Amino acid sequence: MSIANYLYLSAILFTIGAVGVVVRRNAIVVFMCIELMLNAANLAFVTFARINGNLEGQVVAFFTMVVAACEVVVGLAIIVTIYRSRRSASVDDASLLKR
Amino acid sequence: MTTSNNLVWLIALPLLSSGLLLLLGKRADKWGHLLATTVSASAFAIGAVEFFAMQGRDVLDRPVTQKIFTWISVGNFNVDASLLLDQLSICFVLLITGVGTLIHIYSISYMSHDHERRRFFAYLNLFIAAMLLLVLGDSYLNLYVGWEGVGLASYLLIGFWNQKPAYATAAKKAFVANRVGDIGLSLAIMIAFATFGDVTFKGIEEHADHASSAAMTAIGLMLLLAAAGKSAQFPLQSWLGDAMAGPTPVSALIHAATMVTAGVYLITRSNFIFDAAPTAQLMVVIVGVITLLFGAIIGTAKDDIKKALAASTMSQIGYMILATGLGPIGYAFAIMHLLTHGFFKASMFLGAGSVMHGMKDEVNMRKYGGIGKFMPITFVTFGLGYLAIIGIPPFAGFYSKDKIIETAFNAGGLKGILLGGATLLGAAITAFYMSRVVIMTFSGNERWGHKDEPHESPALMLIPISILSIGSIASGFLFARGDSLVNWLKPIVNPAGEQHLEEFLKPIVVSSMAVFAVLIGVSIAIAKYRGELQSEAPAKVNALTRAARRDLFQDDFNETVFMRPGQGLIKSLLNIDYIVIDGLVRTVGSFSVGAGQTLRKVQNGYVRSYALMMIVGVLALLVTVWLTTS
Repeated sequence: MSIANYLYLSAILFTIGAVGVVVRRNAIVVFMCIELMLNAANLAFVTFARINGNLEGQVVAFFTMVVAACEVVVGLAIIVTIYRSRRSASVDDASLLKR
Repeated sequence: MTTSNNLVWLIALPLLSSGLLLLLGKRADKWGHLLATTVSASAFAIGAVEFFAMQGRDVLDRPVTQKIFTWISVGNFNVDASLLLDQLSICFVLLITGVGTLIHIYSISYMSHDHERRRFFAYLNLFIAAMLLLVLGDSYLNLYVGWEGVGLASYLLIGFWNQKPAYATAAKKAFVANRVGDIGLSLAIMIAFATFGDVTFKGIEEHADHASSAAMTAIGLMLLLAAAGKSAQFPLQSWLGDAMAGPTPVSALIHAATMVTAGVYLITRSNFIFDAAPTAQLMVVIVGVITLLFGAIIGTAKDDIKKALAASTMSQIGYMILATGLGPIGYAFAIMHLLTHGFFKASMFLGAGSVMHGMKDEVNMRKYGGIGKFMPITFVTFGLGYLAIIGIPPFAGFYSKDKIIETAFNAGGLKGILLGGATLLGAAITAFYMSRVVIMTFSGNERWGHKDEPHESPALMLIPISILSIGSIASGFLFARGDSLVNWLKPIVNPAGEQHLEEFLKPIVVSSMAVFAVLIGVSIAIAKYRGELQSEAPAKVNALTRAARRDLFQDDFNETVFMRPGQGLIKSLLNIDYIVIDGLVRTVGSFSVGAGQTLRKVQNGYVRSYALMMIVGVLALLVTVWLTTS
């Protein structure tokens, strides 16, 4: 099995994540899609580490996971707060600007 | 050259008094006129003292100077605010303060019913100060300050009753016409500075030989333009008739005796320039001849007594300007006519004011008639002025005008005959229109159309008129006797002692011709206006009369040639400004507004659309990087 397939998988996951962010309204789902994109990036890092035969990519992947964990904490807190005040988790409802 | 410390008071006194009266306002109402008159009389006293002191000195020591302060000091260029009182200035100082004082006295009574009399006297004093500065300045720059000052005073006094819009317009017209002339004077000063690096009369006179004739001609022509503006000469004459909107004492002082003669002073003072610029001199003669006939023709058709006198002033100043253009010998005769004219024209204007006073401010001579028996003193004094202006010997005008006619005839060749003929014709027309004024006003049938009889004016008005009319009897004889004025002015205007070019006609022949021309004019006037007159001006008149009633179309000409194209130019410039310049600015503005409107829609508040934009942007970047690197 060619190692390039990992990269294809990473690209496909990233695209699914990006499309999900754009098309879904539910904030939780949007958040999950973002996580998907981060994991796609992680996969790419690890794959490149494997291709180049060194450890830098793997180290970056750990960093990404930590950042993603922090992000989830903050992001979920925001989403919960918004849900409390607006009784909705739809990202479209959170627009206050005039059209 | 003598120095004196008194000269500055000549100017400072009336200036201070004027400022005081204007600043104190109503508090000075009770005594303002008395202060102004006293100040004017003191200026006359200083002038008289200086005159007698000057007479006592040697010819070379006669001019007096006083440096007041250093005005401009830039590198090599120095202008002092200095005064110069010489044989020429002293004539003007005595005329301005003498006639000015008499007119102040007259105005006390004439303006007694006007609740703004104090302001009137403040302006009169301002005028006296400015006019004295004009004739006392020792450089063109100092003269210019006075020149502008009299223009301001004239504007303020013409528009003294500015609650009437027509009068305010007349004031503005005078101011604008004067500005055109002022441009001439400032250009002349600039050319003189560029040529000589100096603007004092003395400095320019000393270096006059070194200058190119082109520069001299340019300065001369610009000075002539200035003189034409201030002295109501062709082609800037149109303001003088309307200037009669001012109170009559103002017409007498500013628009007859003194300010309008400033042009004659300017040309006489600049004799060294005109003597070196024959072309400019010829233009001076032409302007003088045109104006003297122009004014005379307008005078024949005016029914407004003040406007008839104004036309006559214009014509008489034409004589003076003509004389100044006739070379060194003419200057003294111009000044002589200026001084005699100052007496008789002021006396007639004040007489006209006296008539108006007795006739409820009526100015239309068609509504006068037979006033002589009600106002005998006014009639006699006006009559003396009349005899003086038409030039009946031995009254003042005879001596002075006769000298100008003689000089014109002796100018040589065809030019002399033409000029002489024109001056004779002018004298005949003058005799005609002045006789018309006298007949229509003082004799004939009574046409005033109401029962109230005219009454003689109070003594305070009659005394100044009487003194002036004594001047119009005696001044000509005194000036002409033994060529006293000519010899007095000789060191200033004719140092070389130049005589007539040729004696074309003997003086006695010229005098007889002049008197004959005058008699013709008088007889025509008597024949035409002897009988019963209607109180309305006849409507069916010939083309020349119609033209003269419209001031020979001077206003129509100005409006067609200058005003309308000027307005068209302004309008098109306004349009260009609106369409092109404002249009450009508006386009830039509307572009930013439009851009804002469009870009605003991007910020819609939907997180998902922001995310989409980010993705598209990143993709675009990637594509760019991929395309540029591969």
